[in-house]
Amino acid sequence: MIENIDLSLVDWSRAQFALTAAYHWIFVPLTLGLSFMLAFMETIYVKTGNPEWKRITKFWMILFGINFAIGVATGIILEFEFGTNWSNYSWFVGDIFGAPLAIEGIFAFFMESTFIAIMFFGWNKISRKTHLISTWLVAFGANLSALWILVANAWMQYPAGMHFNPDTARNEMINFWDVLFSPMAIHKFLHTITSGFVLAAVFVIGVSAWFLLKKREQAFSRRSMAVAAVFGLLTSIFLVVTGDFSSRTIAKYQPMKFAATEALHTGTSGAGWTVFGIPSQTEETSMKIEIPGLLSFMTYYDCDAYVVGINDLLEGNAARGMMSAAEKIERGKEARQVLKDYKAAKKNNDEAVEKRLRAKFDDPVFQEEYFKYFGYGFLNNPQSLVPNVPLTFWSFRVMVGLGFYFVVLFAVVLWLVLKDRLGKRRWLLWLMLLSIPLPYLAGQAGWIVAEVGRQPWAIQDYLPTAAAVSQIDAGAVQITFWLFAAIFTTLLIAEISIMVRQIKQGPKEV
Amino acid sequence: MFESLSQLALQQYWWVIVSLLGSILVFLMFVQGGQTLIYAVGKTEEERSLIVNSLGRKWEFTFTTLVTFGGAFFASFPLFYSTSFGGAYWVWMLILICFVLQAVSYEFRSRPNNFLGQRIYEYFLLFNGIVGTVLVGTAVGTFFNGAVFSVSDMNLSRWETPYHGLEAALNPHNLLLGISVFLLARVLALLYFLNNIDNEQIATRSKIRLLRNAVAFVVCFVTFLVWLLIKDGFNYDPVTVTKTVNLEPYKYLHNLLAMPVVLVMLLAGIVLVLFGIIRSLIGSRFTRGIWYAGFGTVLAVLSLFLVAGFHHTCYYPSIYNIQDSLTIENSSSSHYTLTAMSYVSLFVPFVIAYIAWAWRAMNKKQITTEELNEESHKY
Repeated sequence: MIENIDLSLVDWSRAQFALTAAYHWIFVPLTLGLSFMLAFMETIYVKTGNPEWKRITKFWMILFGINFAIGVATGIILEFEFGTNWSNYSWFVGDIFGAPLAIEGIFAFFMESTFIAIMFFGWNKISRKTHLISTWLVAFGANLSALWILVANAWMQYPAGMHFNPDTARNEMINFWDVLFSPMAIHKFLHTITSGFVLAAVFVIGVSAWFLLKKREQAFSRRSMAVAAVFGLLTSIFLVVTGDFSSRTIAKYQPMKFAATEALHTGTSGAGWTVFGIPSQTEETSMKIEIPGLLSFMTYYDCDAYVVGINDLLEGNAARGMMSAAEKIERGKEARQVLKDYKAAKKNNDEAVEKRLRAKFDDPVFQEEYFKYFGYGFLNNPQSLVPNVPLTFWSFRVMVGLGFYFVVLFAVVLWLVLKDRLGKRRWLLWLMLLSIPLPYLAGQAGWIVAEVGRQPWAIQDYLPTAAAVSQIDAGAVQITFWLFAAIFTTLLIAEISIMVRQIKQGPKEV
Repeated sequence: MFESLSQLALQQYWWVIVSLLGSILVFLMFVQGGQTLIYAVGKTEEERSLIVNSLGRKWEFTFTTLVTFGGAFFASFPLFYSTSFGGAYWVWMLILICFVLQAVSYEFRSRPNNFLGQRIYEYFLLFNGIVGTVLVGTAVGTFFNGAVFSVSDMNLSRWETPYHGLEAALNPHNLLLGISVFLLARVLALLYFLNNIDNEQIATRSKIRLLRNAVAFVVCFVTFLVWLLIKDGFNYDPVTVTKTVNLEPYKYLHNLLAMPVVLVMLLAGIVLVLFGIIRSLIGSRFTRGIWYAGFGTVLAVLSLFLVAGFHHTCYYPSIYNIQDSLTIENSSSSHYTLTAMSYVSLFVPFVIAYIAWAWRAMNKKQITTEELNEESHKY
């Protein structure tokens, strides 16, 4: 049945998931970072007893609440879309992928939702310290939720800790810790949550800058900025470091994605890093401005190291022991055929054949030389292995460029706060205010690199998106896509409108 | 510890956990029930505000339980997840949309400049209250009445009608359960108002509504239950390798009689629900009806889930090809995953404990207009 899948169904299903994920990621990073900043601010309040800090905490808490609600709303759809739109995927890897989702619910969501009620409504009902603990638990709960879903996502990029069971025709988990602590999972988690921290810090700085531009709430703004600048500077440096680790992990486990982000068609030793250029899907980058040897160094800590290009992966490179895509597709088809033959033998009670074919799936040679390419068996054209090169190339550069910009921005803000010169340069306050959309842009660009860059795979090397999709009409998905687009856009307008009004009202007296 | 359990024992353990989550979800749907009563019980702006804020402090428990229920079902019985969610597309999408609208409505409702206006967010809550309860009920109904799907030898499932779940939502027996869940949610909500809101008018109106909704609920639920007990059910042969499925007359009645503990749970659940309602109606100062009826709801729904999945019963029958029906044995995760997840489940009592603490801390006193006005965060 997979052979007959309508490509427009795959495209609409991908579009719907991308739409939901992109909207979800507008709201989640602010929740991740602001929750910790609320905890810092309330800690200062409890330590100093200064009611001004309570006032500060409560103001940001209102914005947190508005943002949190819509993050929850978009999140539930993502969880269920794995089933509604990617049902073949849900079975093929549900044995591994479902576990982090369930753990997320049991451990993180309940912690977050229980203590968020205490955090919002418990100011006059429980002691100061218990309230503070609740605020910290909201922050931990929110970030713990991010851990499990990112572990699940990382596993799709680098499937570890599993074994294929031909009887159930799915992959099954054999080592939970390999799934949880895979290098991809660790780097993805750290890089993603720190991007949320940075976004929240820029948000707090930008909003505080607006108050200063309006000559309102001077003390409030300076204090908020101080917390945000310290938090932002530390986490943005960490963001750059984890980004570097992530990039090298991708080079190792997803070489096609890596080559696409660099628009590197021909593999080369001593590869330079392209600062600017016009990338192409099939040709080398034109009008290239590059720093010689930097890409090799960033990837392997060696300026002369060989970096694999798209053509190496498509055509193979015998000198470097790399198999061509066509060969992988052939082997993948053979692995799929063995599975089909096994199922047929089982159905026909042909025990001898059944036993012989069953043994293949436990044979390390078959696993390494054929089953490893199982997903390639669904593909026909090697070119379909190449993701959208210009999109990943530019998204990567937007993300990286902005990442470095944030480090500088936080350093400048911190310096201005420490020297008490915040009000002196209005253009800098404008810059801070206008920087608010930038981490949102960087975050979306980062997810484009991660998700567009891994196409055509739902599960790297094992399941392409075309084989993962639910068997429904493309028209049905098209309807729900537009429905979600309308609902999310309406709610986004409402959210921004409420936020702007709340900010204009400013913090209330406590 | 869990490693030594058989695959079947783990499957049964996880069916109990998923069933427990499902039953708690039905209880917590009093939030949805309450959302359908905002205008019926709250006649002034102040009363409506009390009702919305009272429910608003609990909506996330229901929401989180729904998400965890989905996650746990995915992790333990992924073939159900892939079959039902990918197949009954329209029903699940409608359920999701109504929960999306609910999630923002509490927070956005009374905020200035909320773009759509307070009324629209209250209508979203009403929509969630009606559609959420009825459709979740009809979805559970398919556990007894089946759905039109097939499963290939590669365990890939396919819905065999173009209606993608709408046909199941219109099945009279499923619909009866959906309406029962809707009415039960309203009954529980009214009991919750009596417990949680300190307002004379709301209490008086809640009692009047309670009687009407309780009578309607009992009629619908008893009809559903009797119908269930006399209908054919989907049995599978637990001994043979092929696990052949056959239709068995009075299957669910047989299941209850074969599992006396489940029968007692069902009866105890019904008695507790009725006790909670009747005691609240006749006792002028009795406000604990929600706890009796709530616990009774959990027991009764849990017993229905166990009747659907235990005693070699297909919990998700295929009426397209009954041999494709899903059972706890043929649709579960591997032994390793169920074992790992079982260790995680040991933390559930801890989670329940801190939820109970939080609930108590927040509900020491009933909600009043004065308290609401003192709060910095208000829905």
